[in-house]
Amino acid sequence: MFDTTWDPSKPILEIENLSISFFTRLREIPAVMDFSCTVMAGEAMGLVGESGCGKSTVALAVMRDLGKNGQIVAGSIKFKGRDLTRMSEEDLRHIRGSEIAMIYQEPMASLNPAMKVGAQLAEVPMIHQGMSRDDAWKLARQIVADVRLPDPDRIVNAYPHQLSGGQQQRIVIAMALMSKPALLILDEPTTALDVTVEAGIVDLVKDLGHKYGTSMLFISHNLGLILDVCDRLCVMYSGEAIETGHVGEVFDKMRHPYTQALFRSIPLPGADKNSSPLVAIPGNFPLPHERPKGCNFGPRCDYFEAGRCDAAEVHMSAVPGDDRHASRCVKWTEIDWNAPLKAKVVKPKTPVGKVVLKMEDLKKYYSVSGSAFGGGTKKVVKANETLSFEAREGETLAIVGESGCGKSTFAKVLMGLETATSGTIMLFDENVQSTPIQQRNTDMVSSVQMVFQNPFDTLNPSMTIGRQIIRALEIFKQGKSDEDRAARMLELLDLVKLPRAFADRMPRQLSGGQKQRVGIARAFAGGAKVVVADEPVSALDVSVQAAVTDLLMDIQRENRTTLLFISHDLSIVRYLSDRVMVMYLGHVVEMGTTDQVFSPPYHPYTEALLSAVPIADTRVIKKRIVLEGDIPSAMNPPPGCPFQTRCRWKSQVPGGLCDTVMPPVKMLAEGHQIKCHLPDDVLSTMEPVIKMAAE
Amino acid sequence: MLLFILRRLGVMLLTALALTFIVFYLTNLPPNLEKLAKSEASVRMTDDQVVSWIENNGFNAPVVSRYAQWLGVMPGWTKTLDTGEVRGRCIARGQDPATVASYCGLLQGTWGMSTVFKKPVTEVLGRGLGQTGWLMLAVMLVMVPTSLLLGVLSGMREGSRTDRVLSTFAIATTATPEYVSGVIFIALFASATTGISPLLASWGWIEGKTLFMGTATSAMDDITFWNFALPVMTIALYGIGYIARMTRASMTEVMTAQYIRTARLKGVSFGQVVLKHALRNALIAPFTVIMLQFPWLLNGVVIVETLFNYKGFGWTLVQAAGNNDIELLLGCSVVAVLVVLVTQLISDIGYVFLNPRIRLS
Repeated sequence: MFDTTWDPSKPILEIENLSISFFTRLREIPAVMDFSCTVMAGEAMGLVGESGCGKSTVALAVMRDLGKNGQIVAGSIKFKGRDLTRMSEEDLRHIRGSEIAMIYQEPMASLNPAMKVGAQLAEVPMIHQGMSRDDAWKLARQIVADVRLPDPDRIVNAYPHQLSGGQQQRIVIAMALMSKPALLILDEPTTALDVTVEAGIVDLVKDLGHKYGTSMLFISHNLGLILDVCDRLCVMYSGEAIETGHVGEVFDKMRHPYTQALFRSIPLPGADKNSSPLVAIPGNFPLPHERPKGCNFGPRCDYFEAGRCDAAEVHMSAVPGDDRHASRCVKWTEIDWNAPLKAKVVKPKTPVGKVVLKMEDLKKYYSVSGSAFGGGTKKVVKANETLSFEAREGETLAIVGESGCGKSTFAKVLMGLETATSGTIMLFDENVQSTPIQQRNTDMVSSVQMVFQNPFDTLNPSMTIGRQIIRALEIFKQGKSDEDRAARMLELLDLVKLPRAFADRMPRQLSGGQKQRVGIARAFAGGAKVVVADEPVSALDVSVQAAVTDLLMDIQRENRTTLLFISHDLSIVRYLSDRVMVMYLGHVVEMGTTDQVFSPPYHPYTEALLSAVPIADTRVIKKRIVLEGDIPSAMNPPPGCPFQTRCRWKSQVPGGLCDTVMPPVKMLAEGHQIKCHLPDDVLSTMEPVIKMAAE
Repeated sequence: MLLFILRRLGVMLLTALALTFIVFYLTNLPPNLEKLAKSEASVRMTDDQVVSWIENNGFNAPVVSRYAQWLGVMPGWTKTLDTGEVRGRCIARGQDPATVASYCGLLQGTWGMSTVFKKPVTEVLGRGLGQTGWLMLAVMLVMVPTSLLLGVLSGMREGSRTDRVLSTFAIATTATPEYVSGVIFIALFASATTGISPLLASWGWIEGKTLFMGTATSAMDDITFWNFALPVMTIALYGIGYIARMTRASMTEVMTAQYIRTARLKGVSFGQVVLKHALRNALIAPFTVIMLQFPWLLNGVVIVETLFNYKGFGWTLVQAAGNNDIELLLGCSVVAVLVVLVTQLISDIGYVFLNPRIRLS
């Protein structure tokens, strides 16, 4: 409606010196300070930063949806030349959904559970263009087809809960595209999704961006994704933009210590737990009301210089020669950015000992009833199918796979929370497959422990940290007296590198990384021999991830623990594991040493998985393999090979074997096995998915 | 779906059997039978006479067999007295024993005779239920829309002035039981000496002595606003507060849901967000509560019907209990049990329709 006055060569979105505060009864909490960024037409701008850095707040400010407590205290947000901060509620309503659309992190929660998908989509043009109901539904159907959803007629008439997570996210994207917005804000759009699904969504977003010429504000904590999707990026730390510029320039020529530290703390190909370990950023993220004077990153910065960095507020300064590249650092001209990492610690490789855990033909089936009210036929979910492997003392075995592949079920069976349907589990020469945890003796329980995925929910909120660890010691029958146990608890806090004063704190006073350390201390309280770490770092920020992983590795080295590391993040798996087991629909499709699994020949699923992982390194050239469709339901697995429905190599197998026969386990090399029908000559032609470009 | 309903009906039947048996057992305890004998025959009976009266009237059989007879799944007892007279459960005084059916119980439609009203139980109950039905209908018509409206209005902007005012009202009404609010209403509106009626009468604004009528007896023949408003309001007020609180809680929760943000950021206006996106999701929880109010209303009518002398189900129940009218009491309990169970079934089925996440296969 006001397009006529807007010149397409001008920025679509221009944020200038934006400051946002949240007002609580106690105080004003500044969430974003002095934030500026510009998005041109057709450009994709990335906002990167750790949780709490204010990136989502910026997005919501653009939408002017900061809630009751949030307020824009200074600055302007110009959208197509009009200042959004001064707009009336009524004008904003016309812009929301039609000119600026948003895509959210959790697709399930963002769709109305009681409305049909079509109705939710059709609503957008009906409100903004006054389209008739029928036309709007037709358009909805067409856009649903545009976001590459199969069978659009069925989908528009479905309720959100009838779709898978990936499909729901496509619907949210479709909803954002219904009125062809000029600006699309994506707030961590793939964080809740599996990597292969993520790859599909990212491809879709990129294509649609090109097709409709939409500008994007892409918020993510994943640097690899930003590299994949965006043209420019803006790194945020503690409410401020600290570096901004073209993606390539910032990635290769970073000019802010935080950006550099961030890159050093993520596992890129080439990082190795022994020869080149990750460098965690020391210290903690400052709380919004406890920010230091001067540079916010100062207290954690290697280049900190008292008297300069903490003297006055630091402003953005442009990096000459580059395309709108700027850094918020007083010393960026003085730092030698090409200096190699100092004090590189090389750690000895842990020797691998005798077999402590051996599983043979483990099967776990669940039977579930067919309908919500208990009726219907019983169905069998085959969560684990013929799992066989062994793990040795001091070894890290990674178990990789997407959600629903049975990796967590396997952990539950090992822990004794579930009992296996058939097969054997030998733990230190003892058969435990049918012993539930209630019947295991203390020794057995304390020697197999778990580190959980979500540190926020696994600590009792009303017990001090020290008490929780002592409780674990009591249960594991450690120590002779209370004093003994209290002393041991303090030692455990030392072990996980937490200050001893934390013993008296409550879980809510701890950050996510610190809570996870407590979780690790608890797991090792009884001198655990086998530790199952179920996605231990996936809920944590990247800079904290490195520290927690390193801690796990250190403890393992000292105690010669067998670590079963369950993860969907292949970068971290590659970094820390000795051997990798890839699971798909309850089957182990590939197993071998890390090098074997990460280089060809691959199982076709491993290949797709590797290609789906975004890597934050401009030198890496990846082959793009996007899996079609969703993971089949474990209740109704496809006949023959479980992966056949999505496999791109299927045509190479003679005689349609994939459709009918379950592939046998094939040994490719010593310790490297895959479950695939592909003949050896085809396997040998496979190319590596990830290549480093020659420099 | 059909299977689900059948299954629920089966469970309901079992529950109904168990509950009626408990009531049957309690009302047929020996001291109560003794009391019955004395009130039916003569207050000055000797203990021996009581025993023989109990024997002659078939009350000496085991409880289970008498319960089965009452249900109508066992033949009614018959007994030839010393006088040669044949008595039996199914034989009315002076009837020829040869002509009556051997089964007579609930299933055959024989609910017995009420000793208080000297009429068949079915007739007494039927009339009472009819009257109560009107009362309940009026209560529901007032209560449900009002409470939902109050709940949604206060829940859509949590913490606002509207919310606080409405919440205060809702809490005040739920905190006032019927026997308190009923008395207050009568004192305020239906008394010739206190409240606002004397004032209005002195100003000549009302014709009679009181604004509302203090009794609802006349409403049994002809319902008017003036004789029916007070009993209806008394029952409805408590429920209004309660359902409004439930609706508000569910509405505030829905309004903070992410899909509401999605709708808002789609450019949907606030009114439409509430009506199209929030309302249906917010009504899922209160729906169950509303259905639970039905059986609870039965409880409310006992007090209100007695207070306003309205001869419906509640009043009948009070009469039956007060006069040891066993057959009528049992009849009342059967009705009460049925009402509870049927509303539960409706609530479960309705829940499924409101919430698409629970769909029957």
